[in-house]
Amino acid sequence: MEKWSLMTITVLLALTVRWTVSLSSYSGAGKPPMYGDYEAQRHWQEVTYNLPVRQWYFNTTDNNLLYWGLDYPPLTAYHSLVCAYIAKLINPDWIALHTSRGYESQPHKLFMRTTVLVADLLVYIPAVILYCFSLKETSTKKKVSSALCILLYPGLILIDHGHFQYNSVSLGLALWGVLCLSYDWDLLGSVAFCLALNYKQMELYHSLPFFCYLLGKCFKKGLKGKGLVLLTKIAGTVVVSFAICWLPFCTDMEQIMQVLRRLFPIDRGLFEDKVANIWYSLSVLIKIKNIISPQTQLKLSFAVTFLSLLPACVKLTAQPSLRGFKFALVSCALSFFLFSFQVHEKSILLVSVPVCLIINEIPFMATWFLLVSTFSMLPLLLKDGLLLAYTVTMLAFLSVCTTSFSIFEKTSAEDLQLKQFSLSLKGYVSWFKSFPKIVRMLFLVSITLMAVLSVMSAMVHPPQRLPDLFPLAVSVISCLHFILFLVYFNVVILWDSKNSKSQKKIS
Amino acid sequence: MRSGRAMAAGGRSWFRGLALGVSLLKCLLVPAYYSTDFEVHRNWLAITHNLPLSQWYYEATSEWTLDYPPFFAWFEYALSHIAKYFDPKMLVIENLNYTSHATVFFQRFSVIFTDILFIYAVHECCRCVNGKRAAKDILEKPTFILAVLLLWNFGLLIVDHIHFQYNGFLFGLMLLSVARLCQRRYLEGALLFAVLLHFKHIYIYVAPAYGIYLLRSYCFTANHADGSLKWRSFSFLHLTLLGLIVCLVSALSLGPFIVLGQLPQVISRLFPFKRGLCHAYWAPNFWALYNAVDKALTVLGLKCNFLDHTKIPKASMTGGLVQEFQHTVLPSVTPLATLICTFISILPSVFCLWFKPQGPRGFLQCLVLCALSSFMFGWHVHEKAILLAILPLSLLSVQRAKDAGIYLILTTTGHFSLFPLLFTPQELPIKILLMLLFTVYSFSSLKSLFRRERPLLTWLETIYLIQLVPLEVFCEFIFPLTPWKWHYPFLPLLLTSVYCALGVTYAWLKLYISVLTERVSVRQKAE
Repeated sequence: MEKWSLMTITVLLALTVRWTVSLSSYSGAGKPPMYGDYEAQRHWQEVTYNLPVRQWYFNTTDNNLLYWGLDYPPLTAYHSLVCAYIAKLINPDWIALHTSRGYESQPHKLFMRTTVLVADLLVYIPAVILYCFSLKETSTKKKVSSALCILLYPGLILIDHGHFQYNSVSLGLALWGVLCLSYDWDLLGSVAFCLALNYKQMELYHSLPFFCYLLGKCFKKGLKGKGLVLLTKIAGTVVVSFAICWLPFCTDMEQIMQVLRRLFPIDRGLFEDKVANIWYSLSVLIKIKNIISPQTQLKLSFAVTFLSLLPACVKLTAQPSLRGFKFALVSCALSFFLFSFQVHEKSILLVSVPVCLIINEIPFMATWFLLVSTFSMLPLLLKDGLLLAYTVTMLAFLSVCTTSFSIFEKTSAEDLQLKQFSLSLKGYVSWFKSFPKIVRMLFLVSITLMAVLSVMSAMVHPPQRLPDLFPLAVSVISCLHFILFLVYFNVVILWDSKNSKSQKKIS
Repeated sequence: MRSGRAMAAGGRSWFRGLALGVSLLKCLLVPAYYSTDFEVHRNWLAITHNLPLSQWYYEATSEWTLDYPPFFAWFEYALSHIAKYFDPKMLVIENLNYTSHATVFFQRFSVIFTDILFIYAVHECCRCVNGKRAAKDILEKPTFILAVLLLWNFGLLIVDHIHFQYNGFLFGLMLLSVARLCQRRYLEGALLFAVLLHFKHIYIYVAPAYGIYLLRSYCFTANHADGSLKWRSFSFLHLTLLGLIVCLVSALSLGPFIVLGQLPQVISRLFPFKRGLCHAYWAPNFWALYNAVDKALTVLGLKCNFLDHTKIPKASMTGGLVQEFQHTVLPSVTPLATLICTFISILPSVFCLWFKPQGPRGFLQCLVLCALSSFMFGWHVHEKAILLAILPLSLLSVQRAKDAGIYLILTTTGHFSLFPLLFTPQELPIKILLMLLFTVYSFSSLKSLFRRERPLLTWLETIYLIQLVPLEVFCEFIFPLTPWKWHYPFLPLLLTSVYCALGVTYAWLKLYISVLTERVSVRQKAE
């Protein structure tokens, strides 16, 4: 069969799964007074449509910031505004000021779901398809199966089309950035990434690899000649695209400051809810939030994040390569997720999407990571009534990955990109022979553990004294996985090229 | 569906991937819309669970009385004993339209679970398809394509897993019996088909094909050198065995009702001739064209004053109600007339099977022709009945380019005519996406399979099929915005069924002609 019909079928399949998932419930359905993310998105449409730009981010009588106030950058607000105009055409009640609060109906759900699907179809899916076509040294089949695996990644589908959010827009824009960089269109890539950043501030997790890669590229060209020109151009592009995005808010300084305050709510604490990162997991043992003052928490998390980022970023700046760039995206986002301040459980998607990009290079580890990442959001998904969709999409993803990449045969050190590392350890460690077997065993144990915990969270009532037992277990187990993955990715990055003896290793 | 991709050489694991993939998709459809058939089956669960056998076919609390043969009632009876662990309230006869979460969950999963039989049958069918065209690429193997065409069949997916019915395992029984006949395990095949008939009597339409084929190939054990029948090879034992199987199965199913003296009541429930010529929504068959011509003539007659306004019965045929409809210009059609038409249209194909035996291929052709002919001329045909022709034709389509072309026309129009089954806006994207998925796959895979032969479709056929797209756009998107919506609410249904009727009729004629003009291959004689 031809390449194009295979790709069409892949896209159609992805869309079908997305729409069928969206038949299920959404976050906060029928749960007054606060509802959930669905109501947040609807509320933003209401606010942006009815209020002047000046009031969007301010607390006024018409805009109670405590009730789902806008806390995303301007592009999200503009997107809401566009959706609101369409909503107005269909049914003005959906976005009527004040009276529409908590509006829920079948047609409205249909409308909201459609907006997500359209956004996904316009931004994320084409980026994935083009990215897979741009992969070098791979057969058509490999390209199509990569695309299928990426598009069927359960986490993004469940959060966007089940829970209800527009992550595919910001992630898709970031993907466009990566795509442009891989074609050496640095300026376009920067524009795409600036747009992503202005859609969701969480894209900052990806900003350092982008910055380091482009900087490294400029260094390589020579900072006195071409490199400087390129650097200036890129800087100019970034400034201009930011300026355009923020234009309506540039009327006075107070506007900008207020938006920034909304975007980075420092007073909300080290972590929120049950997130699978270091701070929450530690807080099981030590109540960090009570011991350390918020200011110190901020500084501490900043310092740890910075330290964990450093090796990958230094390496990328020194030896900028596309492959290194993709791996750095993964490891930096993962560092941010694990160590930074005020992390949401959904932020794991920012790590997952870069992992998707390297699924054809390290299929085994990527599949494993993607499964764990979806699993880490289980408590959230259960709350939204997405158990069926979660189970089905996880199984589908696992079986698609196992059959299309035959992952179980690719567990040798070489397949895991650990050849260099194992060579440098050869003298000291003798168990490397059985390495593939051990890795496979670990994978099976981890999968079983996840399956058991999923079933228990869904079926078993936790003991009275420990009502949060299962969410906590899910978070801690996922966090342990993530730490190991961070180590693994850093090892791959640091032992990447031939002359990497001088690089230090993080552990 | 692509799960089997990388298994270029790897045995049958691709089949498992395909089956698992489609089953997971079915699970995702659990929260989707379901039709009144959902309540029908819930009611049958309740009836068979609570009442003694003697009242199964008399109970009429709900309007959805039991109108399937006894085996299906027993099947519901068996299901009801599992259902009570999910939600006993669904088994109360008076609980009309009861749809708790557990009920939906149970009923949906009972369909998905019983589909295992269908999956097994498809597996057996794939073994029957000869792998002469052994392509290196798994995606271009006839068995792989056949498995996808059957397992991922669009019609079956939306009828069973959205609209709600149990066609999956019934078609499983049929395909399994076909596979057994192809493997020359005649008695098993006959038994399976006899059982199937007592599950759902609509399969009686294809019974002539079974009867003649078994008689010709099983009861007569040898042929002359030129392929004609050797009368002296008749085996009385084989005929007795066949008769015994049919009688035993029928006795098992209908026996209790004969003893109770309820046979006439059962029969009257099974064959409700009081319903109209066409179903609420016209199936795309000959009668849809007939009605449309009648309607057109009426309008024309009124315009030119050939007809008198006062004498015309209030035109209600587009009213979408199941009722008897009087034609104004053309003569009205009686059940007997449809029966005769069906009989006449089936006859040539049966003769063909008798006089030009082609082995399993000839049998399949006859089976498809029987199904299609009865679909074309039957009384109160449901549009879902087109699956009866589409699924067996899939088996033929992967073996010969000519059949593949017919298959593409028939599936595309037949599946498109199922669209009105799902009319809720929520399911609109699903039906379009699934339809596209299946159509794109069937076209591209069959095209690549028969790459070296002439094109599968002529340009006229291609144009006809492409025009389904604007038709769908008009019916679903443009029409609701026009003022016609109020005056002619059933215009989209009418357009859809008439347009599809053209394609189905064309495919039927083309298949018939190809079967009748086919030469007997001499190799087939030695049996």
